[in-house]
Amino acid sequence: MKRELPLFITAVVGLLMILSFFVPHQAVSVPSDFLQQCALILRAFGYVLGGVNVLLVNFDGIYKRQPGWVYKIVLVTTLIATVVVGAVEGPGFLNPHTRSKWIYDNIYSNMQATMFALLAFFIASAAFRAFRIRTTEAGLLAVAALIVMLGRVPLSNALTNWLPEWARLQSLQEWIMVFPQNAAKRAILMGAALGVMATGLRVILGLERAYLGGED
Amino acid sequence: MPPIEARPRADATGGSRKGRMRARVAVLSLLFGVVLAVIPAPAPAAPAEAPLPPSGLIWHDIPNDAGRAVALEWKPSPQDSVHRVTTYVIERATSPGGPWSFVDSVAAEAHAKRDQSVHRDIEYFYRVTAAGPGGRTPALSITGPVIAKSEWLNRTRWSVMVAIAMFFAFVLWFIAQAQTGKKPFVRRIPGIDAIEEAVGRATEMGRPVLFMPGIRDINDIQTVAGLVILESVARLTAKYETPIAVPVAYPIPFAIAQEAVKSGYLHAGRPEQYDPMSVRFISPEQFAYVASVTGTIMRERPAAHIFMGAFYAESLLLAETGFSTGAIQVAGTANVHQLPFFVVACDYTLIGEELYAASAYLSGDPRLVGSLKGGDLLKVAVIIAIIVGCLLETTNHHWLTQWMKTQ
Amino acid sequence: MSLVTALEKLDRRWIFLTIGLLVLLPLLFPLALPLYVSPPVRSFVEAVDSIPDGSRVLMSCDYDPGSIPEMVPMTRTALRHLLDKKCKIVITVLWNGGPGLVDRIVRQVVEHEYPDRQYGVDYVNLGYKAGDEAVMVLMGQGIVNAFPRDYHGNDTRTMPIMQGVRDYTSFPMLVNISGGYPGTKEWVQQVQARFHLPMVAGVTAVSAPEYYPYLQSHQILGLLGGMAGAAEYEKARGEKGSATRGMDAQSLAHYFVAVCILLGNVVQWSKRRRPAP
Repeated sequence: MKRELPLFITAVVGLLMILSFFVPHQAVSVPSDFLQQCALILRAFGYVLGGVNVLLVNFDGIYKRQPGWVYKIVLVTTLIATVVVGAVEGPGFLNPHTRSKWIYDNIYSNMQATMFALLAFFIASAAFRAFRIRTTEAGLLAVAALIVMLGRVPLSNALTNWLPEWARLQSLQEWIMVFPQNAAKRAILMGAALGVMATGLRVILGLERAYLGGED
Repeated sequence: MPPIEARPRADATGGSRKGRMRARVAVLSLLFGVVLAVIPAPAPAAPAEAPLPPSGLIWHDIPNDAGRAVALEWKPSPQDSVHRVTTYVIERATSPGGPWSFVDSVAAEAHAKRDQSVHRDIEYFYRVTAAGPGGRTPALSITGPVIAKSEWLNRTRWSVMVAIAMFFAFVLWFIAQAQTGKKPFVRRIPGIDAIEEAVGRATEMGRPVLFMPGIRDINDIQTVAGLVILESVARLTAKYETPIAVPVAYPIPFAIAQEAVKSGYLHAGRPEQYDPMSVRFISPEQFAYVASVTGTIMRERPAAHIFMGAFYAESLLLAETGFSTGAIQVAGTANVHQLPFFVVACDYTLIGEELYAASAYLSGDPRLVGSLKGGDLLKVAVIIAIIVGCLLETTNHHWLTQWMKTQ
Repeated sequence: MSLVTALEKLDRRWIFLTIGLLVLLPLLFPLALPLYVSPPVRSFVEAVDSIPDGSRVLMSCDYDPGSIPEMVPMTRTALRHLLDKKCKIVITVLWNGGPGLVDRIVRQVVEHEYPDRQYGVDYVNLGYKAGDEAVMVLMGQGIVNAFPRDYHGNDTRTMPIMQGVRDYTSFPMLVNISGGYPGTKEWVQQVQARFHLPMVAGVTAVSAPEYYPYLQSHQILGLLGGMAGAAEYEKARGEKGSATRGMDAQSLAHYFVAVCILLGNVVQWSKRRRPAP
């Protein structure tokens, strides 16, 4: 029963959710809405589980003096401090002039933006290191990438303004985006959507059981 | 008006200029006063009248819903076009005599409204009132009883139902075929074959394997696909006695990842080697997760990185950092906009549906492979529908497009 | 050492330094390169212009501080566009890292440039609600039920701007500024497809190609792609904001990446032609 019961629940709930797309009647829509609300609540409670694991893993690392254990102390301290400050400040914890807002504006926002900004450096180094034209297809890809990349910026307007409109980088870039890129993107999206259906069906039918763990 | 004062005439022989001025002003004032006395003052404006009422209120039940909406239409007030009407007010009651409660109002020149606050199977009565600067005039009649019905089938979604039925049929057919012993052919997917190579390399170098099941929660099917692959990878690492590290972004995938890794060790016959700390919850915050994982990569230097799931902007950060440590990298995602970064920066990449095929491919289970074939056959059906649809549209036949429109 | 050998052995930190300078210097010394408004951005502007003045508009700002350079200029310009049309704006945020940032931007624009507009009457920030697509579906059953309190904890039922707001039918348009998931694709799938709410979208540059199919099928009426799209939007509106200023830096960075691709291939071709030792 340990595996059969979860598989049965998965099958019933999965089929109900598929049915709710076709059957507007309250006999189906009310339970499916209820299940969606339950999912929201479950996901929120899951954060408690995750938080406990963060503390366990990092306390263990600090106790065993694993490499970088000092940073684990920083992590645990800041985690507890942020949670306590937010809890003390209550529902309006992100209102102007609260401590949580200060943490958000001066630490969290800036660190997020900094991490995202690293992408600019990595894109340049990846372009130099790894974008190699070894085949005809790679060559076509490189040409298209260069046209789109250069056509998106105003410097290209300035450089190719003297050309007829169809030949300017901006126009070529738009044509690539609207026609070949669109066609390829739609094809990949459709294929991926079919893959989603196939995986979902395997989970609903109980063919895919790896996520349950334990013996087969 | 100042009173007109008579002034003595100036001396005839040398009357002053000032005096003549004053006389002219006096005469003009007198004339002005006469004019005002003769012309009547404008009468105060008559109060505006309320506009004429609207008429012809009809209703119909909104189809394909759970009985929560009705559509109302009416003929406008004859004075709508001359701006005597500013709004139409819709009111509702449960009996013809009221009491009436306000539902909504629409601007003048609008003659239809959906009421989406009704309860199914309850009789309502409606009236529409024209309102303007001069007041309000309800329609001369009310409409009802109006009943919203719940329906068992959304008829606009037939095309989707047909597609899903075809898909189920294809998959079940191939699964049944597989159960008779016929294993369907699936082409080689180099990225999946490379996973064993990557784990082998990590074993030779005595360094761990790093596996990331994406940064989305369990509601994304890519995360499910990633976790299924994790079980296979865990079996390999258990077989080769190589440590595995699995940083996870969300709590529910974290719990499932623990089960998947434990299951992998169990199936490999090495349950005692399973380390619960190998699966770590990091953070649902994208860049907090990335910062932690890149730190792990730089400190622990895993020899193999396997990225399988949904990735976003962090894909290049992870792949480039991984490259700088000399690790072999295998990635798979259905997020099309991140594929170029993985293709450029990783050794092998699974593109789109190859990620979903990976679990079937790795397990080799004929039933799972059969489901892949079912998906492929539906893809052929979609291609045929696209070609036929384009031809029909080109020849001005729209029935297929209309049938495929959903609501 | 030949140039090719030097490039082969190049420490990537030189590349990092070069790109850092190419981004920093134009921000300090602007080049003022001319901008051209592309068709998707023009469609965005026309779609927002078509909203009747004074309407109540739903605006969903689904991003966090990581996407500030691309998303914030779009948000500011869209807010000004709507406020100039005297529209009332109902704002939601579906990313848990976003509400503080969005609130700050909204207050900056409204309080400094439209001081006559009142919170709760002309605009409201409903804040964040967990649940991703489930929240979108919940809003379709009732906006006030989905957000009984706004970002500041006020009761939304008593707010003048929320009077008469039921569900998506209460809005003529959705303006979605989205940095990823949940975002534009989910709004199209869950809301535009089901409720036929007209929508326009501003997205990150890397994900913009993904939405061209939706633009072509008119499920999205207009599209802003990344900081370039934000700069074009500013130009169309006659403004010169941070996106316009950033385009000089982006231009040089793009050209440098193109040079990196070419140089990398020069190194590869030279190695192939070199005889084996």
